[in-house]
Amino acid sequence: MRRLSWFNTTSLTFGFAFLYLPMVLLVVYSFNSNKLVTVWAGFSTQWYGELFRNELMLDAAWVTLQVAFLSSTLATVLGTLAALVLVRAGRFPGRTLFGGMAYAPLVMPDVILGLSLFLLFKPVFSQMGIHSIVLAHATFSMCYVAVVVSSRLVTFDRSLEEAALDLGCTPLEAFRLVTLPIIAPALISGWLLSFTLSLDDLVIATFTTGPGATTLPMRIWSAVRLGVSPEINALSSILIGIVTVGVISTSLMSKRAILKRIREENRAEP
Amino acid sequence: MRRFALIAVPYLWLLALFLVPFVIVLKISLSDTALAIPPYVPTLDLSEGWDGLRAFFAELDFENFVFLSEDDLYWKAYLSSLRIALVSTILALIVGYPIAYGMSRAPDEWRPTLLMLVILPFWTSFLIRVYAWKAILAQEGFLNQFLMSVGVIADPLTILNTNTAVYIGIVYTYLPFMVLPLYSALERLDGSLLEAAEDLGCSRFSAFWLVTLPLSRPGIIAGSFLVFIPVVGEYVIPALLGGSDTLMIGKVLWDEFFANRDWPVASAVAIILLAILIIPIVLFLRNEEKQREAEG
Repeated sequence: MRRLSWFNTTSLTFGFAFLYLPMVLLVVYSFNSNKLVTVWAGFSTQWYGELFRNELMLDAAWVTLQVAFLSSTLATVLGTLAALVLVRAGRFPGRTLFGGMAYAPLVMPDVILGLSLFLLFKPVFSQMGIHSIVLAHATFSMCYVAVVVSSRLVTFDRSLEEAALDLGCTPLEAFRLVTLPIIAPALISGWLLSFTLSLDDLVIATFTTGPGATTLPMRIWSAVRLGVSPEINALSSILIGIVTVGVISTSLMSKRAILKRIREENRAEP
Repeated sequence: MRRFALIAVPYLWLLALFLVPFVIVLKISLSDTALAIPPYVPTLDLSEGWDGLRAFFAELDFENFVFLSEDDLYWKAYLSSLRIALVSTILALIVGYPIAYGMSRAPDEWRPTLLMLVILPFWTSFLIRVYAWKAILAQEGFLNQFLMSVGVIADPLTILNTNTAVYIGIVYTYLPFMVLPLYSALERLDGSLLEAAEDLGCSRFSAFWLVTLPLSRPGIIAGSFLVFIPVVGEYVIPALLGGSDTLMIGKVLWDEFFANRDWPVASAVAIILLAILIIPIVLFLRNEEKQREAEG
């Protein structure tokens, strides 16, 4: 077993302290009873109580969940198709343009995407709202799904599909029975990634929103521009908690799935 | 036939919701601001046939771009965005490299955990992570409280609402984008190459300089692009942590659109921003393509 040198130990310690200290402080001080966020005055959960009585925040949370659910589902379907095209379709006219369009949104500044989608939607929809945010989010999220799924497809052993076809499957059946189960983990992580991207987006949602469709980041934004607020600290802590539990449990689940597969493979070999 | 349908669905989607919007932005950047609905002229009226179309194109001009070039606010904003993006990319590289290096040298059984620790902030809300720094960097914030209690400074430092706060915020939020590609490049590095270099008389430092650093180049390139390109157009971080002297083009575009309601000028700002970013974006896409081919 290798040991870490003092240099590596220090850089990891400082690196992770830098990454985590701000969030730890945020969570700890969300239990501060003082209205002045940075001055500790005793333990209290009053800000959580106020948060759950805040109708505006609850409405925004509900809008955000709807948008995130719909857009990530749409993005997973479209992104998987895009990944199949990128990895499998070979050459076709406009292949370069397609590759560019599939990856460019990953680095495109939000303000440009937001403005361009606003100008597209404005004459098309009589009113913008949840539907236009869903379309906008699905468009940039599908690129993330395409990246995740195509990296799984590249390592995919196509002889498995060919075997299914030889054994009498139609191409669609082969895809459903062989390919889909194998790339399913990538689809799930693509969906989760899209979901969090959508939960998180402020800029594009602000451009493509309409009356009655205020998302949580938009509410948070209008609150934090004025300064630090204990209620936002409480909300942030809840979101950080959800993400932490989610990421840790999915990684434990995938670890268990890998162990199970290794065990099964060992059993299969005499 | 099936292949055609498979290609057509994502292709048409991206054309309609990614490419066409850019054409519209370009068109509106050539229009004039007007007190009307929509707030620009000319608008395309297809019912007038060819003549309408010709009249429409005749009215498009570069007035907004001339306006942008004459007002030095815009020039300064573009230059300052590029400078902030460049400096923060270098800072992220300096902060991120030792982390990625340490991760790649960690015992095998630690690595999944360390990787998860880098990815976890990426899943946490960007807005919240930027917001967390507001309480740290403020006049009466945690950093000043700490520095004053250990006696390093007597009076609180002004960090919030300056460019320093913007740099800290950018490096903090974009760090995972730098660390992950660096780590994947460093992890693949064959340790025997370093042993060979040391056997042949390299010091550990020169082995790092001559072997590790060049071999991690794909990671450095990918990470730098992933930080640099989006940061040039960043809006949230300068708006939340920056001050009145923090000039970034994303913020200018936002204000033109939401405060001034000037769609043509906002579109012109976006078109120039895109023209500046197209070179790094193409280089980034080409680098990704090359990486994929090398792996596939």
